Amino acid sequence: MNANATTNSGIGGSVRRREDSRFLQGRGKYTDDINIAGQTYAVFVRSPHAHARINGIDTAAAAAAEGVAAVFTAEHTKDIGGVPTGWQVHSKDGEPMAEPKHPVLAEGAARHVGDPVAMVIAATRRQARDAAELVTVDYDPQPAAVDMKAALADGAAKVHGDLPGNLCYDWELGDKAAVDEAFAGAAHVTKLDLVNNRLIPNAVEPRCAIGDYDSVSGEHTLYTTSQNPHVIRLLMGAFVLSIPEHKLRVVAPDVGGGFGSKIFHYAEEALVTWAAAQIKKPVKWTAERSESFMSDAHGRDHVTHAELALDANGKFLALRCSTLANMGAYLSTFAPCIPTYLHGTLLAGQYATPAIYCEVKAVFTNTVPVDAYRGAGRPEATFILERIVDQAAAETGVDPAELRRRNMIQPEQFPYQTPVALQYDTGNYEATLDQALKAADYAGFEARRKQSAAAGKLRGVGLSCYIEACGIAPSNVVGSLGARAGLYEAATVRVNPTGSVVVFTGSHAHGQGHETTFAQVVSDMLGIDYDAVEIVHGDTAKVPFGMGTYGSRSIAVGGAAIAKAVDKIIAKGKKIAAHLLEAGEGDIVFENGAFKVAGTDREKSFGDIALTAYVPHQYPLESLEPGLEETAFYDPANFTYPAGTYVCEVEVDPDTGQVTVASFHASDDFGNLINPMIVEGQVHGGLAQGIGQALLENCVYDAEGQLLSGSYMDYCMPRADDLPSFQVDTTVTACTHNPLGVKGCGEAGAIGAPPALINAVVNALNGGGHSIAHLDMPATPQKVWAAMQSN
Amino acid sequence: MYDFNYHRPASAADAAAARKAAADGVYLAGGMTLLPTLKQRLARSSDVVDLAATGLTGISRDGGAITIGAMSTHDSVATSSEVQSAIPALGILAGGIGDPQVRNRGTIGGSIANADPAADYPAAVLGLNATVHTDRRAIGADDFFTGMFETALGDGELITKVTFPVPAAAAYAKFANPASRYAIVGVMVAKTDGGIRVAVTGAAGNAFRATAMEQVLAGDFSAAVLDGISVDADYNSDIHASAEYRRHLVGVMAKRAVREIA
Repeated sequence: MNANATTNSGIGGSVRRREDSRFLQGRGKYTDDINIAGQTYAVFVRSPHAHARINGIDTAAAAAAEGVAAVFTAEHTKDIGGVPTGWQVHSKDGEPMAEPKHPVLAEGAARHVGDPVAMVIAATRRQARDAAELVTVDYDPQPAAVDMKAALADGAAKVHGDLPGNLCYDWELGDKAAVDEAFAGAAHVTKLDLVNNRLIPNAVEPRCAIGDYDSVSGEHTLYTTSQNPHVIRLLMGAFVLSIPEHKLRVVAPDVGGGFGSKIFHYAEEALVTWAAAQIKKPVKWTAERSESFMSDAHGRDHVTHAELALDANGKFLALRCSTLANMGAYLSTFAPCIPTYLHGTLLAGQYATPAIYCEVKAVFTNTVPVDAYRGAGRPEATFILERIVDQAAAETGVDPAELRRRNMIQPEQFPYQTPVALQYDTGNYEATLDQALKAADYAGFEARRKQSAAAGKLRGVGLSCYIEACGIAPSNVVGSLGARAGLYEAATVRVNPTGSVVVFTGSHAHGQGHETTFAQVVSDMLGIDYDAVEIVHGDTAKVPFGMGTYGSRSIAVGGAAIAKAVDKIIAKGKKIAAHLLEAGEGDIVFENGAFKVAGTDREKSFGDIALTAYVPHQYPLESLEPGLEETAFYDPANFTYPAGTYVCEVEVDPDTGQVTVASFHASDDFGNLINPMIVEGQVHGGLAQGIGQALLENCVYDAEGQLLSGSYMDYCMPRADDLPSFQVDTTVTACTHNPLGVKGCGEAGAIGAPPALINAVVNALNGGGHSIAHLDMPATPQKVWAAMQSN
Repeated sequence: MYDFNYHRPASAADAAAARKAAADGVYLAGGMTLLPTLKQRLARSSDVVDLAATGLTGISRDGGAITIGAMSTHDSVATSSEVQSAIPALGILAGGIGDPQVRNRGTIGGSIANADPAADYPAAVLGLNATVHTDRRAIGADDFFTGMFETALGDGELITKVTFPVPAAAAYAKFANPASRYAIVGVMVAKTDGGIRVAVTGAAGNAFRATAMEQVLAGDFSAAVLDGISVDADYNSDIHASAEYRRHLVGVMAKRAVREIA
């Protein structure tokens, strides 16, 4: 990437990431690096059973062990609130979803392997661990609900005894009658059953939380590995611990990756906050990697039946999908909205399909809770759509690129209202398709297939034309859909007297490069040196408010909030300049870092204005406050809609079933780019995760609910040698409704890549004489080999 | 990790003595399996006897054999010019174990003493008809691996070196577990003084010889002769590979190794 580094430090410049100097030198300051005088250490006793009644817990020996400060069980915590859910979904019949209590420590029953049952706190980590082994839990193992279909059957073991069954909700979206009618008149119907495999997030930094309590001020502080410290303060303070905001500070310092898993409010962070006040000592908990596997919210896990109706010319008439979505044992923070409003609404994709109907049954099982994971609902929707479109192409004998092209929404159709609630503001899907096909030499594929065949390999090509809804989201819209929070973003821009700038943003950074990207925006808008801009985030005591980082919203919502605050700075600067230059405010223009009287050579530099604001000797004090600091809350008018085409080629070893990614080309439309190098890095990371899902990663539970893929010996993360050298480029249609014209890029790769991979593998097998409609992810060697044996 | 007494003896004899004196002692070689097991509290020993200072390293060629000290790291074997010139397949096998960190810590003695069913070295020991030397005796390859994580080693018996007769030709073909990169199936094929040897690791509870393959290859050393030869074994089955798939891969990997030699 160094070749791409430019001297342009404003918008559009590939500035090297300033945060990397500390990250790459091991000098980042993560939660576990924080140690407070007198700190104690918590260890959790976790259920080894997927489902068990807890008849009793004997903590006497643990409490008496050396160094132990306290041992807590549900007996102590039953009066504090359960872990709340931030979204309420209603079923087809209008009834609200089932919302069982999620106690911070298991009350009477453990409902998944890893469910915390007791908390042991001691002076040292090893004392806590030794004492945790002395806690005796009288478990009465119960039958577990693991498979979703089985969990919905009559007589299935119930995850929550106080609910009628394991159904959380039965939701629908779209015009069922119109869809049925379209299917009745279709020339061709393609049907497909798909599984979207369950994933374990595996951020490089395990979760960690430190609770601290100041008994003099009554202030609680939580240091935690969070993507959104204000959301944690809100949820934990209001719903779990009843601590008012002014007595609760949440700090999320450097965070080593989240991918969604650190959005959510977890019991452990509430417990350390609570326990610190109980024992009047700071309490620290750091997850071990094994705990991460069994306590970080998992991702995906859908089972879907989909049908696509086409007319005789290959035009899509209608799509219908029926999905089972795993919620796990409890509802994690945003779990209910992932398979619904972030999934069903994306089923139009890039296509002008006139009628779409989607129904989703969310199911409780005795597994770790499932929630948003990079892409969150949108990868699942894209996988359905881009697989069934490919299968329809195969069945109707139309080239997959051509079939997609015939159905794409055309540029003149924007804004385009889909039949599944969203209104796309802009895009040019065919242009992106063309760019990708050309760059990937799609036309030359057959020659490469022959070359591979000569080497004994089956080569395949696969396309994926994805869309995503990012920049989450208009608060009034999500509110009407069940969100229990607003989804704006906040920023404060503080201009110091000497002209340097500190930006306080609610967008948390955990690897995305915000400290660089946001500084470029501010530097560009104010015409000041990039190095004069500092970005501060991750502390509720510093930042005014924030809804945090997820859903590729940081630049589209957080960046827009910063831009709006900068606009206010400029507007105030014009007032000050008008006074100094003895001109009308309307005659002042701000260009290249200077306030000028339009049409004259009279101007004041940005630095002059900043100093004047803080040394207001010549200042309109009667009409204007001194100082130069502005806050903006930006609530987007719409989602943003990044889209793109991915072209992947694979080689399959017919002897072993091993799939090798031969090439991968990504053409993305992210709107305007602030830092193209960072964008490319985000695409690379997303593609790695998408390829990981498609070929390698799989969370496996056995029939009893034991987690079989509970370590890196069995859970396969993508590694550099699993990946090709990516070819990445972009097209641009600027977002029409945010000040920067940006769309967001964080999740695209993880959304678009999986179907491209599976399409390519299926294409390779069928090109090699097999007859295979579909392969579920991950396409492991064993699975591909087995498919070749049977077809 | 539970507390234990730590010893760092300066010789094999001192190591054996420390191990013998311990209530429940264990040798620490590279620690690639032992240390994670201890850290996760899955094992507990009163005494850990670290072999790092015992001097059991060094790779040498003596006429028709390569001798490798038990504490030689995988990397030292992989990069040894003696190994590369005499038994390149052994160097390739060692260079394909784990990742650079593992290869810089893990040792040949530790690997074969642990006898992980998916480890690579057992295929080399068995396929190349090595002799495992201990502080008490010499154990032939065919007698060494007795079961899953089980060997012929007696209590406290310490591997000091492994001697590999130089074969006329040998090749190792491995199909790695995508997650752990251990062998789902690894096959070492060698033309030795005692005839063709085909050793399989990863597929069953312990490394074993595919005698059905050895017999047909003795008559006609070609990959084609392996067509239709199905090797019977008590195959492992897990989430990565069924027994049936492993059985298939034994054939594929054996053919690849044969092709590489032929």
